[in-house]
Order: sequence, then structure tokens, then C-alpha cells
Amino acid sequence: MIEIDQVHKSFGDLEVIKGVDLTVAKGEVVSIIGGSGSGKSTLLMCINGLEPIQRGSIRVDGIEVHAKGTDLNRLRRKIGIVFQQWNAFPHLTVLENVMLAPRKVLGLGRAEAQEIALKQLAHVGLSDKLEVFPSKLSGGQQQRMAIARALAMSPDYMLFDEATSALDPQLVGEVLDTIRLLAEEGMTMLLVTHEIRFARDVSDRVAFFRNGLVHEIGPPAQVINAPQRPETAEFLKSVR
Amino acid sequence: MFDYTFQWRPALRALPDMLAGAWVTFETAALSMILGVLLALALTVMRRMDNPLPRAFANLWVSIARNTPSLFQIYMLYFGLGSFGWHISSWAALLAGITFNNAGYLAENFRGGLKAVPDTQMRAARSLGMGAFQAYRLIVFPQLLRIVYHPLTNQMVWAVLMTSLGVIVGLNDDLTGVTQDYNVRTFRTFEFFAIAAVLYYLITKVIVLVARLLAWRLFRY
Ligand SMILES: Nc1ncnc2c1ncn2[C@@H]1O[C@H](COP(=O)(O)OP(=O)(O)O)[C@@H](O)[C@H]1O
Ligand SMILES: [Mg+2]
Repeated sequence: MIEIDQVHKSFGDLEVIKGVDLTVAKGEVVSIIGGSGSGKSTLLMCINGLEPIQRGSIRVDGIEVHAKGTDLNRLRRKIGIVFQQWNAFPHLTVLENVMLAPRKVLGLGRAEAQEIALKQLAHVGLSDKLEVFPSKLSGGQQQRMAIARALAMSPDYMLFDEATSALDPQLVGEVLDTIRLLAEEGMTMLLVTHEIRFARDVSDRVAFFRNGLVHEIGPPAQVINAPQRPETAEFLKSVR
Repeated sequence: MFDYTFQWRPALRALPDMLAGAWVTFETAALSMILGVLLALALTVMRRMDNPLPRAFANLWVSIARNTPSLFQIYMLYFGLGSFGWHISSWAALLAGITFNNAGYLAENFRGGLKAVPDTQMRAARSLGMGAFQAYRLIVFPQLLRIVYHPLTNQMVWAVLMTSLGVIVGLNDDLTGVTQDYNVRTFRTFEFFAIAAVLYYLITKVIVLVARLLAWRLFRY
């Protein structure tokens, strides 16, 4: 379970997150929608400790992410994250990209890491690209590789930060299908997305972010189909 | 008319000695590069520190190395340290001088190279659970190596040529030192220095060729 409790986060004088409460229960899929600059990416980076917070607390499986003694490297093993920019490691082949962390972080042997990587690459439909370097892949393929790379660590949680925003429209579908598959398999996920229809289909709950706060949260039937607050309705109209 | 007649035979008889000198030249340059790269990495880290002291030290080093003649750098190390009562051999002074110069130039290249590796690479590595050092070693440095590969090769060539300055602090067993010895004994200046020049040329050409082959093997992406 991810428990976000009254979190405040600033960059210098600029307060970006202004007291966010949000929980993601085991097996739940929660989507975050909202305008750009509202602090969605920043929140994800706070969850795995890439960005410090100023107030409040974030707990993952009861572990206080921002406590002094927390072993963040260990905590990050169970939180997979996929970014908007695909972030493939350009100097490694597809297979090496996916094998690297299981080998170097989990300390698995080559054979075992390779087995895991092959399985995850099959999962995202890249079995025919194993020896290819990322520069030879399309954006959608690079993004699916990034998903496989995160999954190879057998995370308990997956965070997606606008995983399809940087893709050409015709490549969005393949990545969304991959995420949908994960949802069906029961992966606990927090998705930042602009794909409203997709959010409605896969989410248990949807949170609308505005000005560094959760402005409205509830089941998709409410937040997306019958928003309770005017700002939510306005945002939805603007992205449709 | 000048009445200098070329006599290549004595010069060619000296070839084995000159080849031995060429080997010393190559070894010295290679060693100065290994040390230079290590020091340049340290300087690069220091220049990124929050503490102003190491930062100022590293900046001063880079600045002096790049803005004074390498001849002075070697000279200062040999006679400068000597005047403080710390006498080092000619070879050590040459090695230290070139290493100092290499480290300064390479640190500047590394700094620019690091900027060319996007921050998002580090972020992706860390979110997979890698420690900072691990992420640098496995993700950032391999990419940096490719970016600074050409400057690195150039610096190696430059290091070979800089070894010829050893003669000013009395070095006599590198290529220039050996050549100069023969020169003062025989006065066949042109012949000996022409052969030496050809040998320098060959050394640097071989280095560039080997570097190219290595790059081809190393950077498949
Ligand atoms: N590293 C940073 N330094 C300073 N300001 C930042 C940094 N990252 C994000 N911001 C600012 O924080 C705000 C929220 O950014 P972000 O979380 O990326 O929003 P979103 O993902 O919702 O578009 C923006 O105003 C952005 O300019
Ligand atoms: Mg964002």
C-alpha cells in the first residue's frame, strides 16, 4: 500500500505540492489526471524518493520513504517507474537494458537474469528485438522496453508518468495495451495520464490534480462521467 | 651553395637505439595518459562538489594546465620542486608535467561530456535501485567514454609529442634524448632528426589507427 499523507514539496520558493493525501491499495489502479505543471510528475518522484519532501509523509508498505534511515536503493526495487521520456540506456542492447538491474542490483547470475529478461520482453512483445540497440527502435518499442526493464525487478508497484505523451499517435495504442495487460494481471499501479478514456477503462479510482492538490477523487464513473466540481468538468472538456 | 652532404648510413646504424628511445617515449606517454585520466576524473568530481575548496583547487589546476606552455609545466616541476629541496629525476619530472597537462585538458573534456549525458539517464538508473556510484559506473561513464573518445585520442597523440620536452630537463633515453645524444656526437643533425620525426609520426599514426579499431569494437550502438 502507498500512503501519501499531507505531503508538501517545494522547489526553492515555489511550492509545487501543497498538502496531498492519496492512498493506493494493493491491487488497485489509480490514475492521476490534471493540467501540466500541477505537480503530477513531482509527486511520483517523491514516492520513490528521487525528490525530497518538505512536510508530510509517504509510506510504501509501511516504510517511511523520507525517513533518514530508509534504504532507498532497496525500497526502489519494489517500485517500478516508467517515464515520459523513454530513458533507454543507449549503450546497451534491448536484452542488456532489461538484464542490467536484475544482475547488478539484485545480484542474480547471468542465466537467471536472462531468463527473467526474456520473459518480460515477451510480455511486452519485443522478443524479436533482443540484440538490437535502442536507437533502432521506435518510440513505442522503446517505451515497452522501459516497461519490461521495470518489470524485470518484479516490483510490487508500477508508477507511470505520462508513458504515452511523447509518442506518435499511432504508437500510443501498443503501450496502453501493455499497461492494460498489467492491470488485468492485478499489478498495483499509479498512472499519470492524459488518456482520459484509458484512465476510465483501467482505473479503480481517478484523482484530478490541480494546483498541487487532489481536487477531486473517486471512481471513474464519478470523476470522469459526472464530475462533482466545476474545475474537473472544465479540465475534462479541455482535453476531450 | 650549402656544402652539407647527407650521410644516412651512420644515422641508420643508430636506428636500434632510436627505436628503444621510441619505446620509452611511448611508455611515458601511455603512463601519463592513464594517470591523467584518473586525475581528470578526480578533478571532474571535485569541480562538481558543493565545497568551494576542492572546486577552487580543481579549477586552478585546469586553468594553469590549459593556459601555460607545457614546457614551463615540466620545467617548473623539475627545477621548482628542486629548489624546495625535493629532487626528482628527469623522467619523473617529464611524466609529472605531461600528466599535469593531460589531467587539465581531459578534466575540461569530461566536464563538457558529462553535460551531454542527460540527467534522465541517472534518474532512470537510480529508480531501478542502483546506487549513485553504480549508476555512474554502469550508465554514465560508458556513455561519457564515447563522447570524450576523440579528445582522449588527441590528448594521447599530444602526450607523445610532449615527451620530446624531456630533453630540456636532461632526459636522454627517450626518442628525442637519444637523437640529441647522437646529434652532439656526430653533428649529423638533419639525418637524425629526420629519422626521429618519422618515428614520432609513425607512433602517433599507429595510436590513431589502434584507437579507431578499438572504437569500432567498443561503440556498436
Ligand atoms: N527540478 C525542478 N526544479 C524546479 N522546479 C521544478 C522542477 N521540477 C518541476 N518543477 C516545477 O514544478 C511544477 C510542477 O511540475 P511537474 O510535477 O512536472 O508537473 P506535471 O507533471 O503535473 O506537469 C512546475 O511548475 C515545474 O516548473
Ligand atoms: Mg509531468
